[in-house]
Amino acid sequence: MKKKEETIFQLLSQKPWESSQAKLDNDHDGKTLNLSREKIGVRTVIVVSTIIFSFFIVAYADRLLIHDWKSMPEPWLLWVNTSVLMITSYFFHKTKIASDRSENEKVKNGLFIVGFLSFVFIIGQLLAWYQLLNLGYFASSNIANAFFYLLTTLHGLHMLGGLIFWGLTTSKFLKGNYRISRMQRTIELCAIYWHFLLIVWFVLFGLMLFT
Amino acid sequence: MSDEHDYKLEAKADISASEASFPPIDYVPPAERPEQELYHSKSWWTTYVFSQDAKYIGVQYACVATSIALVGLFLSLTMRLQLAFPELGILSAPAYYQAITMHGMIMVVYFLTALFLGGFGNFLIPLMCGARDMVFPYVNMLSFWVFVLAVLLLVISFFVPGGPTGAGWTLYPPQAITVGTPGNLWGIVLMLVSLVFFVIGFTMGGLNYVITVLQARARGMTLMRLPLTVWGIFVATILALLAFPALLVGGIMLLLDAVLGTSFFMPTSVSMGELLATEGGSPILFQHLFWFFGHPEVYIVALPAFGIVSDLISVHARKNIFGYRMMVWALVIIGALSFIVWAHHMYVAGMNPWFGYFFATTTLIIAVPTAIKVYNWVLTLWRGNIHLTVPMLFTLGFIITFLNGGLTGLFLGNVTIDVPLSDTYFVVAHFHMVMGIAPILVVFGAVYHWFPLVTGRMLDQGLGKIHFWLTFVGAYMIYAPMYYQGFLGVPRRYFEMYESSYVSTIGLNVFITLSALVVGLAQIIFFYNVIRSVLKGKKAEKNPWKANSLEWQTPKMPPEHGNWGEKLPTVYRWPYDFSVPGADKEYIPQNVPPSEVAGAKVEKT
Repeated sequence: MKKKEETIFQLLSQKPWESSQAKLDNDHDGKTLNLSREKIGVRTVIVVSTIIFSFFIVAYADRLLIHDWKSMPEPWLLWVNTSVLMITSYFFHKTKIASDRSENEKVKNGLFIVGFLSFVFIIGQLLAWYQLLNLGYFASSNIANAFFYLLTTLHGLHMLGGLIFWGLTTSKFLKGNYRISRMQRTIELCAIYWHFLLIVWFVLFGLMLFT
Repeated sequence: MSDEHDYKLEAKADISASEASFPPIDYVPPAERPEQELYHSKSWWTTYVFSQDAKYIGVQYACVATSIALVGLFLSLTMRLQLAFPELGILSAPAYYQAITMHGMIMVVYFLTALFLGGFGNFLIPLMCGARDMVFPYVNMLSFWVFVLAVLLLVISFFVPGGPTGAGWTLYPPQAITVGTPGNLWGIVLMLVSLVFFVIGFTMGGLNYVITVLQARARGMTLMRLPLTVWGIFVATILALLAFPALLVGGIMLLLDAVLGTSFFMPTSVSMGELLATEGGSPILFQHLFWFFGHPEVYIVALPAFGIVSDLISVHARKNIFGYRMMVWALVIIGALSFIVWAHHMYVAGMNPWFGYFFATTTLIIAVPTAIKVYNWVLTLWRGNIHLTVPMLFTLGFIITFLNGGLTGLFLGNVTIDVPLSDTYFVVAHFHMVMGIAPILVVFGAVYHWFPLVTGRMLDQGLGKIHFWLTFVGAYMIYAPMYYQGFLGVPRRYFEMYESSYVSTIGLNVFITLSALVVGLAQIIFFYNVIRSVLKGKKAEKNPWKANSLEWQTPKMPPEHGNWGEKLPTVYRWPYDFSVPGADKEYIPQNVPPSEVAGAKVEKT
């Protein structure tokens, strides 16, 4: 059934009891958006995560104005981690294209590279923590430090959550026990999530860099 | 028989006259998308404990939420006894604060939110939308068990050294984590961790509710053909997905303040004569975060109640709901407005007083769509064929209660009136009426209404009526005196109140406590009724209330795993075709094809 594009206002002003509307409604296939449920799921998760990070940014901006704020240095390691994350995102994009073309060997390599780089990123973040802690920047010593540890932890947790799905996808892929269209969709969704994590990191890193 | 045949012929002739090539009247093109695969459990554990069937999860949610609510009820009765008879020394001051805190937190978050969205949402959404199950059954199961974990953490906090937190359900820093507040070491940490788990679990459930409503409806079920119950739960879930992150963020930062000694919210402060190490934090920031969650939370509880009430009224007054579209719009508008009124909880928190006027204005605006809903309920009753069944009694009780609770909210929403009434029993009476008693009346109404669908047996109507009158009248005997106490200026949160030369409400306090005991004990009737009816209640016939919505149209009642047997239902109409002129039957269920009711005329609404 072809979908008529309807704005939310048109949709909400339908009169379901009118017989002319009833004829149209009887043909409706019960789906509101022309998207798979997994895709809407990932989008909802992204929206909720964005809201969570936005609240932290608001709190950060509010707290920034108070006189006791002492900025902390950014270790060079963070720049390395940022580039690692960018490369991860790039490879995920490549993998997604390869999976769309059903080039299985490339997809397999791509998934391994992405997983490896993601772990490198997380270990890199932990090393950055280690450097800062050695320099005496504890969470309790200044609120700027606390925000740094908090935001990196949350971003890392999001990445670990993504890695669970990456692990499920990869093991399914290696076992060969999947439908191609389904696997393509899963890889696409993982790629979207990784791009989202990159953007979040850009925002968070930029925020900490410029304040 | 021949009559019906004639109707069909006439209808066909009508259509062929207007549109020559139109297919037969019942024809619906075949589905283009494959049906969702249904998960089938294989062992006892996955059937009865880690079930992935939304109906089962709904019942599980309802049972856990009700169990923890009994703890909340018990706490409220101990507080009432303490207030009426302070000389008995039932609760010490710290224990009283702990009881206040846990009572509030349990009732608002772990009971009402979990019951309406987790319980009713899980049970009703797939059935009312015509789906076999939620879209992500595994995530749904996980959501329930994370909720159980959150409840367990909450219960554990009663038994740790220092007891549960006594910071008030709003958990305001700095006092929530400073010395002198009960449970400032273990209690508050467990409380916050429990809330974090609750939010995570809820987000998983909410994902399911939203996507099931959007994507997994039966053929012919447009959004505007959904019963208002589903609309209410749907909008409330969206609110929750947007508002709970604020609680999560505030909770995490407060947790770090408590555990690591950071100063997100902790200002420079002196405690027990010593300067604390923290400095510069902003307690007001926590209040903003908390109430950005806290106000939508009121509507997370209220909107499902609105939806359920609309359906109950329509079914039990045998009349279509007045202004269906307006009801939907009101739900959406209330949902949107609920995000810009939060600071009316903070008029006395030290905000700029002019800032309060913005929030006073938005608060008054929100009364408009809410009033529309109340008018539409009343207009649905107007000239309806009202059956005073137990669900209907609870529904009528809800409308009155919501009205007086809501109207007092208008007083409190104005800065100038709120300032003197703030922190008095007027506020206590207001929020208990509007988001305590009113939603609970709906819960009871809904339980009496849908109990046959869950268990296949009817609840006893006689006991139900006794339960209703004791609860309803008792609730007014509790809260009407509290409004008066509030006007006199009796402050809330005081753990003992004696005779004073300014105000004396000792007698009233005793009266309120006795009423509260009656209402509390009246709930035994309800639980007795439920247990007795589950075991040997009257067997329910199919569709006992003669309702139209899809949940009553399953091939078996109670519905089995997969809900619909062989074939998914097809929907031909909205769920409010009651007493349609010209139709043979007095009600036309949503899945009855047009050919069977060809004579029915459509009444404008």
